[in-house]
Amino acid sequence: MSETLTDTPASAPQAARPPKPPGSLGRNLLGWLQAAPLTLVLLAFLVAPIVMIVIVSFWRATEFSIIPDFSFENYEFLFGSQVTWRVFMATFKYALITWAFTLSIGFTVAYFLAFHIRSQTMQIALFLLCTIPFWTSNIIRMISWIPFLGRNGIANQTLQNWGLIDQPLEWLLYSDFSVILAFVHLYTLFMVVPIFNTMMRIDKSLIEAAYDNGASGFQTLLHVIIPLTKPGIMIGTIFVVTLVMGDFITVRFMSGSQKANVGRLISNDIALLQYPSAAATAVVLLCTVLIVIGILLRFVNIRKEL
Amino acid sequence: MRTPNDLELVHLTKRYGDTVAVRDVNHVFTNGSYVCLLGPSGCGKSTTLRMIAGHESVSEGSILLDGTDISRLPPAQRGTAMMFQSYALFPHLSVRDNVAFSLKMKGIDKAARYKSADEMLALVDMGHLAERLPAQLSGGQQQRVALARALVTKPSVLLLDEPLSALDPFLRIRVRGELKRLQRELGISFIHVTHGQDEALALADEVVVMNNAVIEQAGSARDVFGAPRTEFVARFMGGHNVIDLNGGRYALRADDVKLAEGGHAATVSVVEYQGDRVAVTSKLGETEVLALVPEADFYANPKNPGDAVGLAWDEGRLHRLLA
Repeated sequence: MSETLTDTPASAPQAARPPKPPGSLGRNLLGWLQAAPLTLVLLAFLVAPIVMIVIVSFWRATEFSIIPDFSFENYEFLFGSQVTWRVFMATFKYALITWAFTLSIGFTVAYFLAFHIRSQTMQIALFLLCTIPFWTSNIIRMISWIPFLGRNGIANQTLQNWGLIDQPLEWLLYSDFSVILAFVHLYTLFMVVPIFNTMMRIDKSLIEAAYDNGASGFQTLLHVIIPLTKPGIMIGTIFVVTLVMGDFITVRFMSGSQKANVGRLISNDIALLQYPSAAATAVVLLCTVLIVIGILLRFVNIRKEL
Repeated sequence: MRTPNDLELVHLTKRYGDTVAVRDVNHVFTNGSYVCLLGPSGCGKSTTLRMIAGHESVSEGSILLDGTDISRLPPAQRGTAMMFQSYALFPHLSVRDNVAFSLKMKGIDKAARYKSADEMLALVDMGHLAERLPAQLSGGQQQRVALARALVTKPSVLLLDEPLSALDPFLRIRVRGELKRLQRELGISFIHVTHGQDEALALADEVVVMNNAVIEQAGSARDVFGAPRTEFVARFMGGHNVIDLNGGRYALRADDVKLAEGGHAATVSVVEYQGDRVAVTSKLGETEVLALVPEADFYANPKNPGDAVGLAWDEGRLHRLLA
């Protein structure tokens, strides 16, 4: 009897809080284990390299040696140089102009695909058609512009044959024009895809409702479609801006090494084995791009799209 | 009979390639009445509504509102407004901006359009939620906003495309009461598409039953239910038996069938308790006959499936069908 009496109160509190002790630890552990592989991959391939770059950016270098150190020399040189500011401005200019063109082309294409093509088969077929150029490498696509745009290229010859110009146009190749043309060609699809994706999720009855409420086609575009497509536009913008700001090869090829952007600054430093200087530039570029994306995300909430 | 603001369909036809969705429909919707377009899916009722709204082009015929042909006008110039099945509220706009949308499109300034919007929201009792986004509202609340948005254009005909189908059954009954009240207060025509005959009977001043792209029967709810013209109407309205007798085909209301000794001999096949009454299905030869028996009467002399039963009815309650 006394055994059972003392037993009861001892077992009561245990029964009162059963879900907590052993199960929750097990579940937490399981959760951590499930998150571990991706965490390790990200640590090894994303965080560690960036940390490395940041560390190296504080080292010093001479023409023939690299000295581990903690010095602001690289940054002082970077921010003190007129070249840096000009090159950053050029990079922003490329990003801005490319963004404007890819957005207007991408939005138009996505709008056409999403709202004017009725059958889904046709939508998919046309969408795949857009991706065909992407079956070959970036470099090939860039280089194939050169015979087209060159001094005696197809474009100049055709224009001359038509009598529209007397002299070949010099600015077609190895100019800002050709760089931006290549950027737009390379990256428009990155704008089309997210915008198309968002547009396909717009309930078609909303368009009808706008029409029913007396909105013209343009008013529907302005007051219904564009606001609802903003997240897609933002995702496309992030793609294009980061790609253009990080690019160096397009600028080199299409400008015939006559124009510069930040990517080329870094690539030149690397070619000269000035790794600390390259690392410092890379850190500044990374921060710049992050700030740009941070500003963009203040405007539009893209979480719904992810 | 004819009043101003009547809506008239004249030889209205809609073709999609070779298929005909609406075939040569003629009908007059009297001003200020609550009309239900009733029919199974694919019968052409939604297409008819969408043609009236202007969201579907008219293949042949015309739509007259107050004597003017509106069938080629854009939706907003017709004097009609539509409430969509899924409500189609703009998810990026607040409730107030949703209601004010059509006024904004007309270029009315902000203060004036917000004033009208708030009046409409007050009418549907949604004034206190004007700042919310549609996603923050319940289904019933969204429905009221959609209603306010349609009414803010001051239409003379409001078109409702299955307005209650997205609501749960209890809410549906409450909302249909509100719809009817609103229609009476505003005194405009409501044309309400539905496939639920109970909804149509409860709401409609006039029920228009459609099947296979044509109007099968139109009339007051009592006329249509009490005197179905065709077998389709009798079966679709429910609560009717269709019986072949003496070479003719008759409709007989299930609540007119009595279980009695000495009637037509039949065998009970299904017994369903429905609360206030019991639905007894029996086999009379090859035909199944449904009898709705008051609960107390049934349990005074209960039957089980397989039992023999006599079915009796008043000959005067047989209603001859034309097709």
